[in-house]
Amino acid sequence: MTAPISYIIQDQQFWLSAERAIYWEAESVLIVSDLHFGKTGHFRKNGISVPQAVYKEDLLRMANLISFFKPKKMIAVGDLFHSVANQELEMFSKTRADFSSMELMLVKGNHDILPDNWYEKNNIETAIGNYGLKQFNFVHDQSEINHTAAKFSFSGHLHPSITISGMGKQNLSFPCFYFTEKEAILPAFSKFSGTAKVVKKKNNTIFAIVNQSLIEI
Amino acid sequence: MLQKTKGYLIIENWLKAKDFRPFTFQEDSWQQILQGNSGLINAPTGCGKTFSVFLGALIRYINEHPTEYRSATNNGLQLLWITPLRALAKDIGRAMENVLEELAIPWKVGIRNGDTSSSERQKQKRNLPEILIITPESLHLFLAQKEGGSVLKTLSMIAVDEWHELMGSKRGVLVELAISHIIGLSKKTLSVWGISATIGNLEEAKEVLLHSIKKKGIIIRAAIDKRIDIESIIPDEITNFPWAGHLGIKLAHKLIPIIEQSNTTLIFINTRGMSETWYQTLLTLAPQLAGAIALHHGSIEQELRLWVEDALHTQKLKAVVCTASLDLGVDFRPVDTVIQVGSPKGVARFLQRAGRSGHGPGEISKIYFLPTHSLELVEAAALKQAIKEGMVESKSPMTLCFDVLIQWLCTLAVGDGFRPEALFKEVQSSFCFSEITPDEWAEVLLNITQGGIALNQYDEYHKVIVEDGLYKITSRKIAMRHRMHIGTIVSDAMLKVKFLGGGYIGVIEEYFISRLEPGDTFTLAGRNLELVMIKDMDVLVRKSNAKKSIVPSWNGGRMSLTANLGHMLRKTFNTALSNESEIEIKSLRTLFETQETLSHIPKDDELLIEQIESKDGFHLLVYPFEGRQVHEAMSAILAYRIGQITPISFSIAMNDYGFELLSDQPIPVDDSNVTELFATEHLFADIQKSINSAEMAKRKFRDIAVIGGLIFQGFPGEHKKSKHLQSSASLLFKVFEEYEPNNILLRQSYRELMEQQMEEERLRSALNRISNSKIVICFPKQITPLAFPIIVDGLNRNNLSTERLEDRVRKMQEQLVKN
Repeated sequence: MTAPISYIIQDQQFWLSAERAIYWEAESVLIVSDLHFGKTGHFRKNGISVPQAVYKEDLLRMANLISFFKPKKMIAVGDLFHSVANQELEMFSKTRADFSSMELMLVKGNHDILPDNWYEKNNIETAIGNYGLKQFNFVHDQSEINHTAAKFSFSGHLHPSITISGMGKQNLSFPCFYFTEKEAILPAFSKFSGTAKVVKKKNNTIFAIVNQSLIEI
Repeated sequence: MLQKTKGYLIIENWLKAKDFRPFTFQEDSWQQILQGNSGLINAPTGCGKTFSVFLGALIRYINEHPTEYRSATNNGLQLLWITPLRALAKDIGRAMENVLEELAIPWKVGIRNGDTSSSERQKQKRNLPEILIITPESLHLFLAQKEGGSVLKTLSMIAVDEWHELMGSKRGVLVELAISHIIGLSKKTLSVWGISATIGNLEEAKEVLLHSIKKKGIIIRAAIDKRIDIESIIPDEITNFPWAGHLGIKLAHKLIPIIEQSNTTLIFINTRGMSETWYQTLLTLAPQLAGAIALHHGSIEQELRLWVEDALHTQKLKAVVCTASLDLGVDFRPVDTVIQVGSPKGVARFLQRAGRSGHGPGEISKIYFLPTHSLELVEAAALKQAIKEGMVESKSPMTLCFDVLIQWLCTLAVGDGFRPEALFKEVQSSFCFSEITPDEWAEVLLNITQGGIALNQYDEYHKVIVEDGLYKITSRKIAMRHRMHIGTIVSDAMLKVKFLGGGYIGVIEEYFISRLEPGDTFTLAGRNLELVMIKDMDVLVRKSNAKKSIVPSWNGGRMSLTANLGHMLRKTFNTALSNESEIEIKSLRTLFETQETLSHIPKDDELLIEQIESKDGFHLLVYPFEGRQVHEAMSAILAYRIGQITPISFSIAMNDYGFELLSDQPIPVDDSNVTELFATEHLFADIQKSINSAEMAKRKFRDIAVIGGLIFQGFPGEHKKSKHLQSSASLLFKVFEEYEPNNILLRQSYRELMEQQMEEERLRSALNRISNSKIVICFPKQITPLAFPIIVDGLNRNNLSTERLEDRVRKMQEQLVKN
């Protein structure tokens, strides 16, 4: 794992990891988004033979991040799971049990359709819509931000990517972290997920994930 | 012998009463059919090729049932007629029914394709007609029913229409597999007949078709000579910097008198998007044609297309703007003129399109060629010469298409199930899979039963299950989904376009519509439409009076110039500055002079390379005139080899004449190393390495992923639920590359790239030709007429880099700061 990059939001120390997560130091909170656990299993159960190794690697990467930052709490801003339950989710349950002292808060996304007792059984707290912690707001889809209450929001859903161009008509696209003065949009955690292009505007800060490192654009 | 049979006498009398006499090739075919032989009939459209097979089947039937042929009904399926086009089925069926009625033979003719209602299908299954006209996809669907195969036992003859069109594609593989299976089921000795237009490799076409019946067969050629008159439309003024597409529309006014003087004109446009533009332009130029001119392409509502086809038959239309959608099919008698807009890319296609006009015996096919950029006039001259010399392209059959095989095994598993040992022999008997190894077979079986690499105890992949050695699909959901996906024609997710108040207009690619905002105006089926909203799988629109609208670009594949035409093209350039050249070449005089002044006009024993510097960067242009496909491979290899001299990144564009390598740094190519860069040594290894660094395999993977069942396009009306099963081919490609690089479908995408695009033999011969040519390197001060269309139209660029990704990003950022 390459060293995380320091990033300050409203005088709070955050760390950005090229492994697609943000760590909030003062509160010891790890923020992730769009993990889509169980996606390969859902495909396979429906007769579409995608390799499960991508899921295994995603899960391992999450475990490594937790071991590295040792957060008290992890907040998933939506789409922690991909669809209805399947056997693959048992692997998640085992990993969850390995870190049972860590709180896990899921701000539900459009893919989080598992029954409530499933979350309870796995020791996951859930919130719908906007969830506040200290001065920060957490929400799945930035279009649902409650602007009257929220000063700064973390969201996902979009799976942002940035395209950079150089001379000789060269273009490269990378998943990215996207920051405005009032918002942070996280890259999709799952490697089995597509992306949507975002455009760099003035006052925005974008970190592209290039192989194992983060490069500010 | 034939002439003495009862069947022949009946048919001959019937023809005589109509004042017809059979052609020699038809009698030859009947003779062969009576003897139970198989083969290939080579005949142009419009000269009775249907009757050569159909009447042969009738003669045989009458001879076999001389007393009861007029009374026996429900005889079971006798003749299976496979056709590539739905539209063809109706017309052929009608023609057959007329004959049967007049002969008082109580056979039934059934049609089965995507439009056949399910009640009709049920009826057909219980009681099959004697003749079934079917598309390859519907035939597979037929075999996906329970006991779908057993009703085919009575079959004695299979006819495959337009085999030249099917053979080079995966649809041809569907036909091969179906035939191999029916042979296994049939109790009779089957004869198989293909009908094909002229292609360069007829003998091979026959072998492929007859491979699984293990017979040599015979080729019967119709000796019908068709005269073709070709005329180019020469622009009044030649611009020296030809920009593809734009010249064409400027010449549109020249079509009006041609349309008016002709009975009915077909105007062939190469892309659906441009056909919309042409339709609009012609209407604007000649409002008097409103109502007498129509548009026909694959994205237009079927009812409208059928209406256009009917109107063509009945001479209600003066002109139809169309795409390849009207390449095939029954003849429209009123058509006496064809206009080809833009390069037809090959001799065979040009001949086929020309042949859509002037059908009657002794009539002349008249075709006009309208260039979309001035250099295409060179192609017209080359085409004329190629036709004079009787050059026609070959079509290569496909081999080892594992995506189609996976689909086929699932199709059989949905039906009655299969036993691998027996099926392996059947599959191996087809040409496509004649070289499949037991290991590959095992891998395919593993793919459908276990789904590649899984995490054992957490896996629930049960697509095909094995019960007592029988492989079958038992899940109703998976079976239903599979049936919906049978076929090999892959298109982007298509959405239906409807008016707000109801009324269906056509279909459009999701890719295009997703880039529009509500309120934007676009053109479909010749109408300007305003996007209101997208709801489920429907695009809701209202009529728009806006002047400006966006014409959708469909992502259809671009065709490549064939080797034959490329060869003629190189020779044609020899005459560029001669006074004894064809009219097309003469008209390009000033363009050629500009090219010669700025750079050089390559002779057929030369290879021209131009190095140009512009604000975009450093351009290296190479002109082998080998066609887009070869250029794609050659450019990747050249880029890779230059990248071994120094770390460098390229953006690559190409057209049929040449290719461009564009870089942000000077490209180290000069007299000292250029011969080496085009050498044939280490070619194989360099192909392998360059395709791994380029992104070409990803594009091949798209179709393979859909055919192989990895991409689920969703049920109609079940949009939301199916969304959880959606993923893009490029994402899957990435995931497989990283996590299951040995996957059989992923490997196939590389193999198809190697065989179809990077074909070593063709590349090697191109490079050999180049090594025997004189290489001329020029350094023009500005962009030349030859370079212009490549640089300007270089959409769909390829990329190849030998630099580290992080370095490239940093360099781009520095450039950004500098600017």
